[in-house]
Amino acid sequence: MKVLEVEGLHKSFPIRGGLLQREIGRVRAVQDVSFSIERGETLALVGESGCGKTTVSRCILRALPPTSGAIRFSPQDGTVVDLAPLSRRALRPLRRHIQMIFQDPYSSLNPRMLVGDIVAEPLAVNGVGSVEREARVRALLDLVGLPQSARTRFPHAFSGGQRQRIGIARALALDPRLVVADEPVSALDVSVQAQIINLLLDLQDRLGLSMLFVAHDLGVVRHVSDRVAVMYVGRIVEIAPTRSLYSRPRHPYTEALLAAVPKPDPELRDQAAAPRGEVADPANPPPGCAFHPRCPFAVDLCRTEVPKLRETTTGHMSACHRAEELTLTGVA
Amino acid sequence: MSASLTDDRMAQATQLQLTWWRFCRHKLALISLGVIVTFYVIAIFADFLAITDPHATDARRSYMPPQAIQLFDADGFNPHVNGLKGVRDLKTFKMTFAPDQGRKLKVVMFAHGYEYNLFGLIPTDRHLFGIEGGQPVDGIFLLGTDQLGRDVYSRLIVATRISLFIGLAGVTLSLFLGVMLGGISGLYGGWVDTIIQRVIEVVRSIPTIPLWMGLAAALPNTWSVTQVYFAITIIISLVGWTELARVVRGRFLALREEDFVIAAELAGAGQTRIIVRHMLPSFLSHIIAAVSLALPAMIVSETSLSFLGLGLRPPAISWGILLQDAQNVQVLSGAPWLLVAAAPVILVILAFNFLGDGLRDAADPYG
Amino acid sequence: MVESMGRHVLSVRDLAVEFGGDRGTLRALDGVSLDLHAGRVLGVVGESGCGKSVTARAILGILDRAGKVTGGQVLLDPGTSSQQDLVALDPNSQTMRGVRGGRIGLIFQEPMTALSVHYTVGNQIVEAIRAHRELSKADARNRAIELLGEVGIPRPESRVDAYPFQLSGGLRQRVGIAMALAADPQILIADEPTTALDVTTQAQVLALLRRLQRDKGIALMLITHDMGVIAQMADDVAVMYLGRIAEFSPVRDLFARPRHPYTRALLRSVPSIRAEPRDRLATIGGTVPHPGARPSGCAFHPRCPEVIAGRCDQSAPRPVPPLEAGAACFLNEGAA
Repeated sequence: MKVLEVEGLHKSFPIRGGLLQREIGRVRAVQDVSFSIERGETLALVGESGCGKTTVSRCILRALPPTSGAIRFSPQDGTVVDLAPLSRRALRPLRRHIQMIFQDPYSSLNPRMLVGDIVAEPLAVNGVGSVEREARVRALLDLVGLPQSARTRFPHAFSGGQRQRIGIARALALDPRLVVADEPVSALDVSVQAQIINLLLDLQDRLGLSMLFVAHDLGVVRHVSDRVAVMYVGRIVEIAPTRSLYSRPRHPYTEALLAAVPKPDPELRDQAAAPRGEVADPANPPPGCAFHPRCPFAVDLCRTEVPKLRETTTGHMSACHRAEELTLTGVA
Repeated sequence: MSASLTDDRMAQATQLQLTWWRFCRHKLALISLGVIVTFYVIAIFADFLAITDPHATDARRSYMPPQAIQLFDADGFNPHVNGLKGVRDLKTFKMTFAPDQGRKLKVVMFAHGYEYNLFGLIPTDRHLFGIEGGQPVDGIFLLGTDQLGRDVYSRLIVATRISLFIGLAGVTLSLFLGVMLGGISGLYGGWVDTIIQRVIEVVRSIPTIPLWMGLAAALPNTWSVTQVYFAITIIISLVGWTELARVVRGRFLALREEDFVIAAELAGAGQTRIIVRHMLPSFLSHIIAAVSLALPAMIVSETSLSFLGLGLRPPAISWGILLQDAQNVQVLSGAPWLLVAAAPVILVILAFNFLGDGLRDAADPYG
Repeated sequence: MVESMGRHVLSVRDLAVEFGGDRGTLRALDGVSLDLHAGRVLGVVGESGCGKSVTARAILGILDRAGKVTGGQVLLDPGTSSQQDLVALDPNSQTMRGVRGGRIGLIFQEPMTALSVHYTVGNQIVEAIRAHRELSKADARNRAIELLGEVGIPRPESRVDAYPFQLSGGLRQRVGIAMALAADPQILIADEPTTALDVTTQAQVLALLRRLQRDKGIALMLITHDMGVIAQMADDVAVMYLGRIAEFSPVRDLFARPRHPYTRALLRSVPSIRAEPRDRLATIGGTVPHPGARPSGCAFHPRCPEVIAGRCDQSAPRPVPPLEAGAACFLNEGAA
């Protein structure tokens, strides 16, 4: 059963200039993005900065209004609502079902509130009584591995990893149907990052969470996600089950990404290959496939026609004209 | 072990406590806080601390020099002042005063003096100290007298009240205007924001002294001291609110983007809850700091307006009015003690500035 | 241990740095010894608060005002007649300014901190060249264009007149590298040079750094938190924890036979792109303590899976002797 189905999502931002701040162009941050998330599934959205992954997540949270497209969300079994056209007021009752885990464990917690109140806030806002609230906060702190004494302390008493646990407890307070995690471990030290990744994996197993995991670190993504969608300059270029995407990528950009990750193994030194050129400017993307100026396999077709995202093998979709004929290298 | 204890204290410390702890490390600010509190205590108990009726004139004691209280005499501890005898210098026709050793005026605590209302309510004639008996020309003139024979010390004490409270009143009004307009500007944005910002720019670009001169000149001569007082307050705060509005707007804009505010919104919290629970507490400390920096500006405004003769008018007593008496070089050479009113002005302004700096540094324990 | 090392160009001995703060002084570095050799890359790796950046700043005499070197030496050209202790120099002296940027180049995490927004890229590189070398303006400009070409900036003759904000993050970091190379330094210190960059750009910049370092025989000190970057770039590795060096090893040894339990745990906790999906990571319990609350004995003992009760919490293990591979750990002392 699908928890979320995004179809044909577009989001563009005006570029303003001149004395009167007139619109002089548009940045197409997200173009024709479609994907879905099954109940209990984690879909990772990966890509480099400016690829639109954060914009997609903000549209789903409706922190930004999408330009066009549908965001079909199922708040409970059997009902489906399109979030895209809803007003602020109409969204409010639905908010509790989609929660977010933030990247920065410092700015995401109100420094002036006790941890207990921070975790309880979504409950209080949604009219949960104080007795029930207290019990729920205790359970949540246990769930994320924080001591009960945390309730009467302020966030400044906690380290980055512990703060991230507080943020996770808050996100889970209302039993959301979908959790959007925006780079939840990228601000943490390696040893702490491992703890939080394991916690997320445990929570997925225990609660059957459905999650949209926005990240740039392919190592982290490999650990936590069931499926991966790779974005480049506003579009999804490949979407596939994790193992299949890593071992046998079907898009040259995915291959380049995997090759560029520095592997923690000195024996593989000098094998890391960097793709040539720079990431395309989303305000002025190249015609055809946006990756063609950097692609070693580009042919004339790539320079003129935008490739469609299509299924190449079961469950594995790629937006490359040559997806079927190329044999790209992944990692074992 | 003690480390973990303080850690625990830190962990459970509220925002206010953290700010206070940080503030306490700022020694200069702490001293300044003491100075300011002392000044406001003096202002509240002004009449009680004064000795001689600040309005009482007497031509016979014009320009008397400061007098010291002698604590001892031949009999031991016996606080007294010597009566002064005025002699006219036949060449210059100036009065010179010499202590009259024969007349000792005994200084007593809680002496009876002129009548006033404590806190404006309780009629009494008790003063912290004064002299018993004596003739009308007699008194304790710690800081001398002015041309009309009024006691400068008592006038200075009473002036503190108006000068400090006009600042407070002005800031309260500016605070109200600034928070309202700044809040609206930051919260709603769009064209409302644009209009308010342009208004602020225009107000700030008007040179203040000519503006005050114009406005003050428009005040009818027939107005009572109280009416003028309020009018001056309003005039001063008309300019003062813009700075506060900017601070508030800036904080609103910054906070709207904070992750924890977005988190509250995603939890389904309404606008009011977000403002009251998340935004206001976050910039309260900034406002307090801004206020403590705005207050001295208000005090200086009043002082300069009154000094120029555009603000309060006698018989009101403020530091500015006292300084007005010291405008003239001739007067100053003969009676330099009249300049003493500049001292509290400088002291209070410095203290407020140090306090404001300390508060601003302490305001963000997480910054 | 190391065969055929290049010339010994910098030697840090028992460096100690303290920061005076609100809550008393913090010991940020506690007896750090490191060596740089021409043509070799020393990787310095550790988590936040381990002192890796402080080490770099202390070497260059650019610590924050609150920080102070309280002990040790930083010897430039050690063992030669021109040996110089940088710690003994006034950080603002002419000599030290000549060393900074002249003998030792610095690459920052965010190149914008090193670049002014008000001047063109070319102006700033020319400035840097002329600060250390007697060249005419025209010659310096030509050298700047040459440098920009060397660091792989396309169309350097037009980019030389660009302002930093007109360049992408990757190009800015290349400009940062060109700045660092302006005076032909023999030593480069790169503090997290690719942390702010995307993965494909990172690969490009790392490749560039390695090429330049090899071609010019530069001694590179590469500071990073990323074990992948270490594996790809470093010849020798110093693993730091709470202001001390936990382990010093040649890179292959470090990954094949890590000597310190902290290194072992750190390597295990790195998420791998080869992992089985949903694979749990090995974790290190707890968090890095605040430098102000350094645990007694070995600073790692509260988190160490191999802690020897009654020993590791009582006394500190011997520091790794300079120029030798080893670990500051009692387990290792026993073996030796």
